[in-house]
Amino acid sequence: MTDWPILSTVTFLPLVGVLLLLFTREDGPNGRRNILNISLATTVFTFIVSLFVWIWFDNANPGFQMIEKHDWLTSGISYHMGVDGISMLFVILSTFLMPFCVLASWLSVEKRLKDYMIAFLVLETMMVGVFVSLDIVLFYVFFEAGLIPMFLIIGVWGGKDRVYASYKFFLYTLLGSVLMLLAIMAMYWQAGTTDIPSLLAYKFPPQLQTWLWLAFFASFAVKMPMWPVHTWLPDAHVQAPTAGSVILAGILLKLGGYGLIRFSLGMFPNASEFFAPLVFVLSVIAIIYTSLVALMQEDIKKLIAYSSVAHMGYVTMGIFAANQQGVQGAIFQMLSHGIVSGALFLCVGVIYDRTHTREIAAYGGLVNNMPKYAVAMMVFTMANVGLPGTSGFIGEFLTLIGVFRVNTWVALFAATGVILSAAYALWLYRRVIFGVLDKENLKKLLDLSPREQLILYPLIALTILFGVYPAPIFDATAASVDLLVNNYTAALHAAQNVALSMN
Amino acid sequence: MTADTILASLHLSIPELILAVGALALLMIGVFSGERSGPMVTGLAIAVLAVAGLWIIFVPGEGLAYGGAYLADGFSRFMKIVALVGSIVTMFMSMGQAREQQLDRFEFPVLLLLATLGILLMISAHDLISLYLSLELQSLALYVVAAINRDNLKSTEAGLKYFVLGALSSGMLLYGMSLVYGFTGHTTFDAIATALSAETRSLGLVFGLVFVLAGLAFKISAVPFHMWTPDVYEGAPTPVTAFFAAAPKVAAMAILTRIVITAFHPVLADWQQIIVFISIASMVLGSFAAIGQRNFKRLMAYSSIGHMGYALVGLAAGTKTGVSGVMLYMVIYMVMTLGTFAIIMAMRRKDGRQVENVDDLAGLSTTNPFMAVVLTALMFSLAGIPPLAGFFGKYFVFVAAIQAHLYALAVIGVLSSVVGAYSRSCGLTKPRTNSPARLVRCAWSSASRACSWSATSSSAALSAVLPIWLPRRCFDGV
Repeated sequence: MTDWPILSTVTFLPLVGVLLLLFTREDGPNGRRNILNISLATTVFTFIVSLFVWIWFDNANPGFQMIEKHDWLTSGISYHMGVDGISMLFVILSTFLMPFCVLASWLSVEKRLKDYMIAFLVLETMMVGVFVSLDIVLFYVFFEAGLIPMFLIIGVWGGKDRVYASYKFFLYTLLGSVLMLLAIMAMYWQAGTTDIPSLLAYKFPPQLQTWLWLAFFASFAVKMPMWPVHTWLPDAHVQAPTAGSVILAGILLKLGGYGLIRFSLGMFPNASEFFAPLVFVLSVIAIIYTSLVALMQEDIKKLIAYSSVAHMGYVTMGIFAANQQGVQGAIFQMLSHGIVSGALFLCVGVIYDRTHTREIAAYGGLVNNMPKYAVAMMVFTMANVGLPGTSGFIGEFLTLIGVFRVNTWVALFAATGVILSAAYALWLYRRVIFGVLDKENLKKLLDLSPREQLILYPLIALTILFGVYPAPIFDATAASVDLLVNNYTAALHAAQNVALSMN
Repeated sequence: MTADTILASLHLSIPELILAVGALALLMIGVFSGERSGPMVTGLAIAVLAVAGLWIIFVPGEGLAYGGAYLADGFSRFMKIVALVGSIVTMFMSMGQAREQQLDRFEFPVLLLLATLGILLMISAHDLISLYLSLELQSLALYVVAAINRDNLKSTEAGLKYFVLGALSSGMLLYGMSLVYGFTGHTTFDAIATALSAETRSLGLVFGLVFVLAGLAFKISAVPFHMWTPDVYEGAPTPVTAFFAAAPKVAAMAILTRIVITAFHPVLADWQQIIVFISIASMVLGSFAAIGQRNFKRLMAYSSIGHMGYALVGLAAGTKTGVSGVMLYMVIYMVMTLGTFAIIMAMRRKDGRQVENVDDLAGLSTTNPFMAVVLTALMFSLAGIPPLAGFFGKYFVFVAAIQAHLYALAVIGVLSSVVGAYSRSCGLTKPRTNSPARLVRCAWSSASRACSWSATSSSAALSAVLPIWLPRRCFDGV
């Protein structure tokens, strides 16, 4: 451990890349190559630096580590950063996925590559910033600021209906988060601070908790997204460029889950307990309903988008089970989904780059001329289904255990989602990969290029590695989750005691 | 009144005296050196404004002057500096296009100087009479400026509309003032406050209060007294519109704050509901009405209506936090507005005409990426998305509203800001997504290039930098 402000470094390192990009020219193949190299170098370097966060991380310490604190605005708002077991791995996930996004855009982005890369690097700063900020206003600033680059990525480099999709994305998320902003202000006047560790220690009155919880939920439920406010996600995914989808599914959705754990569960335990049944119902609906909807999709990206909504249902369910298994499982599920769904979108990108269509019906029999691709796709499909031995299984299993301890019926209904997910994922796989290779334009498709192998193989390795050996993740999260769950139960007991003594 | 007190009064009001003497001197220079003196007079006018501004910054003086009619304090100093910066920047911007908009007459800078004088006096007004006189000085100058492009039908129409409606609002203001005087027996703000806290408020006073607030709401173009804004903004020459949107708004907001916080503070409950109502109405109308606008200046008009609503959110709280929120908001509002107008003015179409419609911006990001980026930043800032300055402005006014438990106001406010974000980003994706076939060619005249660039880039830079140091600065001022 050193005094070096490692978290600020990781957060703002991408901006150095942006600065470099501003001084490059885009003309010609050389300019293009320069831009790509700079972006790739920046993201890889950021990832390597961020690994030091993990290396220096003390697994036994449940509190916040690597703290940096400086005065920023008046009225107590400070520039305060730090990580604990809950947020640390999300930082790594964000920096890990970025190089893949750059690689995925290597050829597919044809216009305005420089602006595109700048938008991505700015987005990376904002995403990492969300996870490391320990001041709630700072958190909000990063949380919202990420909307701008994502809005532009979808709106400028997206598909045919990109403008509609980008608006829908922007307005849905903004609408949710402005309510959260008011809740943040109310918390400030109630607790007299915007410091997250102090707010976690502060006991909000139950009446107020209810309102605050609802306001935060409005924001995070949209971001997750939960049924019924998920409708922006399929549109955004379908229209976004491949790398945009990866980031959207891989990281932006996790902001919601992270927020629910950190704020809803950590700061408003009584309200969380009160609203848990509501969340369970919404989660179960999300799991079953969106799985069914996914079955009927004609568009590959849309199908994966709906499956994301279903998988996020497990996450919300696990979080509000509010026990060790549930929360750990939710975190694991988010990390795993970040890798797996990201990889699936990259897989779609591979064939989309070749044929420029996402229609499922336009494919079939790819296993004949793209065997490597078929293998990669199979691993990720299996992980998406939650097959034991892949990372997808562990998260789903743990959240189901967690919720089983709280409510058997919820676990029962949620478990049917596993079957449904197998149905839509395998059917998708069958229709795209197997069958007869009878479409003329598919016959001349080449298998994975070295660049694409470089993208997909590490992800395969990770998916299987965390499927059979998830210990590194649990080691990192265990202490912080323990603390969170203990605080939660303690707060509930205290409330019960008060209620008893009143009677 | 002894010579000493007169001298002390004169000393306190030196910035205003500089402007008054400067305006008269420039008028003389203009008259005697003839038609072509426009550019020189403009330059000198900027110098006069700068001197007044520097005086305010470096020679701080506080206290009452002229028998309580004039007050210099931290608040007025801050607002005056903001207003002067607004005037200077708009005058700079007008230089580039003086000729084609017929602003190259020497009367134009002199009139702006007089209007600025009125603005400074208004910010410092501490008496109903001085408030009315300064407001009229400012308004009369602006009526003429709105119609200064005499050969243009729209400009004259704008001037006439502004005049008629402005006269109406002045009448209401005066009527309200006479009621307030009648029911309290005083005209200075302090004395009114003392009188109000001594006795129970009478119904007549409430009527007076309503009329005074209505008159001032006219000046800040808050709903339901906003009707003149879109037409006047659209009709007046663009540099004039930029001026309307900046300094006079700051001044009117300052005096509104001053009068309700000092004179009418004892009847907080009465004026608070009025302010809450016009605030909500302005925010909602400003956001919704902006959606359909294709004309850039009309869009900015509705945007400014909405922004006045947000600033009023801070005022509605009626607390110290609220007032500093209003101050911060007005600064940020002015920077964003001036930046946007600078961009509008910097862009010409191929045929040399002004960019008026949002659709004209199609393909801007390919023809002029720098401008597109600055415009994007300004639009997101106007919409209040962090980490841009507009967000921090909104943050500090809403914090005050939450503190004062005005939850309904806050919720409606943030929700309408989402609608506002839609309407503003409407003007934004359009240019980015349309086919590059309809290019805007940004022909830059040599003069406007320098000032517009400096204006846009500095305002964009300020948008980013402001949040870091401004709140502290601003809170010290209260």
